[in-house]
Amino acid sequence: MAKSEAISWFRIQEMFRFQAFHMYGIIGTAVVLGVAGVSLIKKFKIRDYHGNPIVFHPKDKSITRYLLGGSVFGLGWALSGACPGPMVVNIGYGYFSMAIVFFFALVGTYLYGLIRHKLPH
Amino acid sequence: MTDIIIQTWSWWFSGAMIAAIMFFLLFFGQSFGFSSNLRTICAASGLGKQVKFFDFNWRSQIWNLVFLIGAILGGLIARQYLSTDSPIQISQETIRDLGILGFAAPESLQPKELFSWEALSSVKGFLVLALGGLMVGFGSRYAGGCTSGHAISGLSDLQIPSLLAVVGFFVGGLVMTFLIFPLIF
Repeated sequence: MAKSEAISWFRIQEMFRFQAFHMYGIIGTAVVLGVAGVSLIKKFKIRDYHGNPIVFHPKDKSITRYLLGGSVFGLGWALSGACPGPMVVNIGYGYFSMAIVFFFALVGTYLYGLIRHKLPH
Repeated sequence: MTDIIIQTWSWWFSGAMIAAIMFFLLFFGQSFGFSSNLRTICAASGLGKQVKFFDFNWRSQIWNLVFLIGAILGGLIARQYLSTDSPIQISQETIRDLGILGFAAPESLQPKELFSWEALSSVKGFLVLALGGLMVGFGSRYAGGCTSGHAISGLSDLQIPSLLAVVGFFVGGLVMTFLIFPLIF
């Protein structure tokens, strides 16, 4: 992540402004290979190393929670320039301000847990 | 050979590595989704006593916390041993657009206007980081996943909910970039 600059706020801005292919290339490559691999796993019923079948859990059916939750996530992603994984990579990289972002991501998660029964899902 | 590792990695190599990580986790009976760690940490902090959402067997998720530690170490290694410290090469249009908002052209990976100690110690700088984190944490759990869980794992399994979540990511991202940034920067 760090070496392809996917943890950079600048790269996320470039992505949301549609001014470079870089981030789309990273995510696109991962998804294309992912789709191919997942369909192979399903087709050949590949098992994991414990010998258990690899199962894919379908996510709960809903529209509201994905669009609303996704939008809130998107607002935060564009503002801080990092999703949860890259936050901690940044901390390792020496951007200690990201620890603040990460801490507040924990607070945000807690807040969701606190009021989730009041939210439309 | 080391040159290839030290210079910036191409998008296709990085993308392939991300897919490889997902398959590695699937092969070991897990799944690729990073933001679950936030819930796990809340649970491990004992918040399950107050809020039911955090009352689950978080110890079953320790593997993912190990992944988190690995991600921190990965950042450290990238910095210490693999970095060139050259400014990142983003598009000229982005540099120009961000310049209008008051951001200098990149000198390193992150803008000093947001991530330096000076920025952090100002009220506005602190609020930007805090609100950004808050929305990422809240939104990822509300949507049931983040970039790794939805955009990579979910789309790889051709799941409609994940596609909706990714649409949401972009709705939020575009609103922030084009409507809110001009108001706050």
